Amino acid sequence: MWRRLTATEGGRGLLMVSPPFFYALLLMAVPLGAIVLFSFWTQDFMALDTTFTLDNYREVSEKPIYRALLERSLYVSACVTAVTVILAFPVAYFVSFHVRPERKSLWLFLITIPFWTSYLIRVFLWKVILGYNGVINTGLINVGLIDEPLTFILYNVNAVIITLAHAFAPFAILPIFVALEKIDRSLLEASQDLGESKVMTFFRVTLPLAMPGVVAAVLIVFIPTIGDYVTPELMGGAGGKLIANMIQTQFLALNNAPLGAALAVVAMVCVTVIALVFVLLNRRWLKGRS
Amino acid sequence: MKLRIYAIAYLIFLYAPIALLPVFAFNDATIIAFPLSGFTTDWFGELLTNKSLHTAVGNSLFIAIMTAILSTLLGICAARAGAMYRFPVKAGIMGFIMLPLVLPEIIVAVSLLIVVVQIFGWGLSNWTIIAAHVLICTPFCIAILNGAFQNLDPSMEEAAMDLGESRFGAFRTVTLPLVMPGIISSMLIAFTISLDEFIIAFFLSGVSPTMPVYIWGLLRFPASLPVVMALGTILVALSIILLTIAEILRRRGMARAGVAEKGGFL
Repeated sequence: MWRRLTATEGGRGLLMVSPPFFYALLLMAVPLGAIVLFSFWTQDFMALDTTFTLDNYREVSEKPIYRALLERSLYVSACVTAVTVILAFPVAYFVSFHVRPERKSLWLFLITIPFWTSYLIRVFLWKVILGYNGVINTGLINVGLIDEPLTFILYNVNAVIITLAHAFAPFAILPIFVALEKIDRSLLEASQDLGESKVMTFFRVTLPLAMPGVVAAVLIVFIPTIGDYVTPELMGGAGGKLIANMIQTQFLALNNAPLGAALAVVAMVCVTVIALVFVLLNRRWLKGRS
Repeated sequence: MKLRIYAIAYLIFLYAPIALLPVFAFNDATIIAFPLSGFTTDWFGELLTNKSLHTAVGNSLFIAIMTAILSTLLGICAARAGAMYRFPVKAGIMGFIMLPLVLPEIIVAVSLLIVVVQIFGWGLSNWTIIAAHVLICTPFCIAILNGAFQNLDPSMEEAAMDLGESRFGAFRTVTLPLVMPGIISSMLIAFTISLDEFIIAFFLSGVSPTMPVYIWGLLRFPASLPVVMALGTILVALSIILLTIAEILRRRGMARAGVAEKGGFL
């Protein structure tokens, strides 16, 4: 068996890839299956009731709080994704098209550094920036632009969106940058030689070719943001809590793992469906153009 | 030119929160707000005497070191298989291994919590956190190691085997020295991610918390915030040093493997 496996290139490759594959299978796929299974069970005080039931899903769909939290979460994720990708695109474009090749990795390094440093403290510092006596309010008052501190920038959904958009910035820049780097520069020259303006060249050549990067950026921002409960907890105040906070509460405070599992499954399914629809629409748009 | 100004403004936006850290870490006031009142190093002094913080840092270091080693080992397997072999359903298998990159962390956390506590009835410990951290760090390790393994000529190992080395001997004496910078870079990144990770650690930590979980507890008490700022300053300085070393090594590894610089960790 061993000899047969190591005799061919395919066999050796499979053998080589099997440790990370089985690790992901055992610690990701199997636990994900367990969540789905759990969501069909119920918690009876300390004991688990393992009879199959749709009660958890019924509760999720009937109680308005879950619906409201889920809608708000999807809205926040969508806003964060839009803000992050739109703000990130010009930066990726600048680094790819206007920075000298030997300086590019320095720029990317500078962009990624804040992303690796103390997530919790970074989120907390946004509170210091946006707060009542924070940097923005004291700054604006000293300059004389406002008399009273602004209150709409902390403890609400806006604050959550700003903070998350900051946290996920490098995640959006890198895939777009990679896609822009792959664009054959002579195509842009050809377009301009054939009479297109710079702006039209961007919209008709650069942007469609950069689209795979934009799609990757959207997915890599949109999907993980749904799972963040630190930012809404610290920045969201009472009206800014999201579905992840509810999942956390069900698991850790209320000891209702099955209901928490059902919420997690519903959130994951929503995010996945939206992501798939987005990918399909984008494919159709690109096809319609060619 | 306009784009350059925008890009620099964007960098300022990225660095704004971190730049505030040392400002408040050395500020002689318990309230984290402007105006500043004076210079002090007291908050750093308090870090030295805090026993429970030391325990938390010890836990985090142990978890981060184990995660760095294990996820890099798994990353080496995946990157080597991806770069040097053709095998059935390769794209599917590689995509599956990279999937934790887009999986929301809370999903990883609750799914492992269910399996460990509810199904197996085991207790939570540093090892449950290590298991989860290895899962989320491996894709990052693979991304870095791919740079080192790509364009590595398989015929070099074959040549060593023709000259009498065993398969593993050929890997150890020929490939390993070439990819070593990538390996160290990958370990440093995994270490940094694990040391900083909160969401998963919060769900899976046992009786004694990791450093981010401990910081989370401190954030609730306004009096302890200046100490958090001091700790944060040290952490940021430490991660910048580690990341700079990782980046230098990653580039050296790419150069050894003869790959043109494409930039970036991902």
